[in-house]
Amino acid sequence: MTTALPATGHARNVPPFGGLNPTLLGIEIKRRFRNRRTLFFTVAFPIVMFLAFGLQFRDTSIETGRTVAQGAPSVVAFIMISMAVYGAMMASTSAGGAVAIERQLGWSRQLRLTPLHPVANIFVKILGGLSIGLLAVLATFATGLAIGVRLPLHVWIVAGTAAWLGSLVFTAMGLMVGYLVPSENVMQFMGPALAFLAFFGGLFQPLDTMAKPLQDIGVWTPTYGLGEIARSPLTGDAFNWLAVGNVILWLAVFGIGAALAFRRDTQRV
Amino acid sequence: MTVPATQAHNRQGSTLPRGAAPDPTGPLAVDATGLHKSFGTHSKTVHAVNGIDLQIRPGEVVAFLGPNGAGKTTTIDMLLGLSKPDAGSLAIFGMAPRAAIAHGLVSAVMQTGGLLKDLTVRETAALTASLFAQHQPVDEVLDRAGILDVAGRRVEKCSGGQQQRLRFAMALLSDPGLLILDEPTTGMDVEGRRDFWQAIRADTARGRTVIFATHYLEEADAYADRIVLVRRGKIVADGTAAEIKNLASGRTVLATADNADAAALAALPGVDSVQVQGERLAIRTKDSDAVARYLLNSTNAVDLEITSHNLEDAFVALTGDADAAAEITGTESKGK
Repeated sequence: MTTALPATGHARNVPPFGGLNPTLLGIEIKRRFRNRRTLFFTVAFPIVMFLAFGLQFRDTSIETGRTVAQGAPSVVAFIMISMAVYGAMMASTSAGGAVAIERQLGWSRQLRLTPLHPVANIFVKILGGLSIGLLAVLATFATGLAIGVRLPLHVWIVAGTAAWLGSLVFTAMGLMVGYLVPSENVMQFMGPALAFLAFFGGLFQPLDTMAKPLQDIGVWTPTYGLGEIARSPLTGDAFNWLAVGNVILWLAVFGIGAALAFRRDTQRV
Repeated sequence: MTVPATQAHNRQGSTLPRGAAPDPTGPLAVDATGLHKSFGTHSKTVHAVNGIDLQIRPGEVVAFLGPNGAGKTTTIDMLLGLSKPDAGSLAIFGMAPRAAIAHGLVSAVMQTGGLLKDLTVRETAALTASLFAQHQPVDEVLDRAGILDVAGRRVEKCSGGQQQRLRFAMALLSDPGLLILDEPTTGMDVEGRRDFWQAIRADTARGRTVIFATHYLEEADAYADRIVLVRRGKIVADGTAAEIKNLASGRTVLATADNADAAALAALPGVDSVQVQGERLAIRTKDSDAVARYLLNSTNAVDLEITSHNLEDAFVALTGDADAAAEITGTESKGK
């Protein structure tokens, strides 16, 4: 034990990158993976849904002219990608929404007593969400492979990347709600909202099989935009600019909302 | 009624045997002038802090003593950069509070919260340490806080006292020049409180500047070099525990003498009252030394006794607030 007086003044430095560092990130990711409830909803649940709804369509082609035996992708691949989007979305939302719990526990206030810049902390939340989101996408795709889904490599990569990175929209949503709602039960509030978005966005059931009024609502949901983009390499549909506009719009809405809520919160602390 | 600041500081200068001598040329640990902070709207404004001047030199251990709602936490929030004063200037080691935090020069132990339940004790400390440009070895600090043996335990499984020592360890990791404790022992049992103060005391012996807010009088009396008494957003007294006790009600000098002149005694500096019952004298005074010297030199006084009053008496006398005094003497634990 040293007996020197604690150093004061210029002997001390301010950490680089606002305090962002591998230890902080590592512990954040470990926390995400340690949370059984999050793991269930982000990894196990989409796989179960996928198997429950998808398996029966293994031999059903998504194309009218060709059968699965002739090399056409099957409906099960369509559902697989939808479920990957769903898993990544759950992961991102809960990672962003975790700030609500941390605010309630006084952890954000504790962090304000360290050199950690609040923006660096948000960056950590985003990366934490992406890490478990990646697991959700990979687990769903691995299940698909296991039950016989065969797709060209570029479809796996493009669809997977779109599902994974597109979920940033929901990180922003989670952060916005997390900074607005002063409650530990933020996921209980967001759970139904996410189920609503998943259903009306056509993740559980293709939008064009729904009634017209539902379709009219559905195209406005961020889940619809993300699902369309992620599935586009599979369906070979023309690039859907409406879906891209949808995702950009929602990213802007949630991103700005999260930034405003965040500013309000850090000023008050 | 306030001890003049210079007097309090001179006293401090002579009572600083702790650790290495602080650098006298360095900046003040805390330099606050004219702090004001109000909450609420125009129609209902609460002046939580109403003109606080506070200079704390490196190495001092200062108790911030006052009843609930006196403005202690509001002041501490400003020292930590968690809120901005409405008026006044504030520097921590010559820097703005946020800059002092970023440099790891100041840290704090809050009374509750501030912990993630799902992390282990060691993870919490490692995470906190990683945020600073310079920090102490994690296990060494856990050991110093007395929680190395539970380092692998989840925070939610730790007792209140262990959690508080973890907060203490987190505050020590950056080896801050200034440590601020906001009611650190609230809700702890007697044993937990004693262990906690033992750890703090071992640490302050190294020369760290410490400010702790408390409404436990005994804590202020036992652990602080200097007591700053706050009430309704203002400092009502500032000095050592002995000075504050003396200031408020002084001391009572008792003696037996048959040739004492009551009028001469009453004329001595600092004397508040003289009671004579036969040969027995009872003199209440702010300067017991002068009375004793007079009695021993100029009268045939024997059986001389000097009794001091406790901080509770001092608090009542200084603030005229018996309810608040009851609160700070521990009787409040019934209500909590």
